[in-house]
Amino acid sequence: MFFQKELRRQPEFWEGVRDQSHVSMGIAAWGLMTGVAMVESGLSVLEAVLMTLIVFAGSAQLAAVPMLVGGAPLWVIVAAAFCVNLRFVVFSAHLRPYMMHLPLWQRLVSGYVMVDLTYVFFTRRFPVPGTTSQERLSQQAYMMGNCAINYLAWMGASLVGIALSNAIPTAWGLGFAGILALVGVLSSMANSGLRMVSVGVAGTAAVAAWALPLKLNIVVAIASAVAVCLVIEAVRAPRDPSGAQRV
Amino acid sequence: MFDIDLRTGITIVALGVLSVLTRSLFFISSRPWTLPRWAQRGLNYAPIAALAAVVVPEIVMAQGAFINTWQDARLFAVAAGLAWFAWQRGVLGTIVAGMAVYLPLRLGLGW
Repeated sequence: MFFQKELRRQPEFWEGVRDQSHVSMGIAAWGLMTGVAMVESGLSVLEAVLMTLIVFAGSAQLAAVPMLVGGAPLWVIVAAAFCVNLRFVVFSAHLRPYMMHLPLWQRLVSGYVMVDLTYVFFTRRFPVPGTTSQERLSQQAYMMGNCAINYLAWMGASLVGIALSNAIPTAWGLGFAGILALVGVLSSMANSGLRMVSVGVAGTAAVAAWALPLKLNIVVAIASAVAVCLVIEAVRAPRDPSGAQRV
Repeated sequence: MFDIDLRTGITIVALGVLSVLTRSLFFISSRPWTLPRWAQRGLNYAPIAALAAVVVPEIVMAQGAFINTWQDARLFAVAAGLAWFAWQRGVLGTIVAGMAVYLPLRLGLGW
């Protein structure tokens, strides 16, 4: 956890802080607009603050608020948020081998603070789970430095957005800075042919399946991109074994 | 302004619990278990696919439909951001370059 001194002593903690701070402006702009949007959609200031501090999931919040204000039953709102959060279930399957040496409460807290960009940064920096205790400590330190900056940027900006919700119209579109941050990170990951294929397939599928309810188009897009890449890998493997390993 | 009703409060707590559970679903049980090989290989492509699935519709769609005009500030902003990234490889610069194109087009020309 980022409150553990032991982790802050690792150089990887500060590496995580540095990496995440490059995108924190985009995260902050996105958080700001989420704060504005929650109040504009009809939550009271106190409700919006509690939702920010407790839920800590931008897309799920934006999906839940109109339903909440419109009087939808609790189970419908939770089911919708679960679907919006389904990508995190995929992330948790991926991260399991990095986490299982920790006690349960630390695994749960690490999961809670692990969101899209921190997952992407972490798996880019550490493609293979650590085997020695020093490696595990370094990985934990990087993860927590990264998550701490993301958490602070998101929370701080969301609370400012709630406070200024009357002064900043959503029409300015400041939230687009968050999309640009994701575009930058995406570009930095597109380092192999198959990963570019993954971007193409996922992007196309997400647009084509847009009409699905509850942001399920994102899950469809991930599944189809992974499936297409695995098939291409399998077809290429016999002829070009080295190429298949280059991911 | 500081009012809160019980239903909203319960929903907020339920959504908070849901955030923890979905993000740690595969960390909860400590029984030995590993992903099948094909799924491990597939995860090489999952992070970038998740990003693309979130980003691409936000750039090329409006009101639930594919945009049918090139006069959209987002297209030029992303082009500027990508150009910056190709040149300097920095994410912060990508955001700044993109917004420098986006805001004048959106606020000035209404694109």
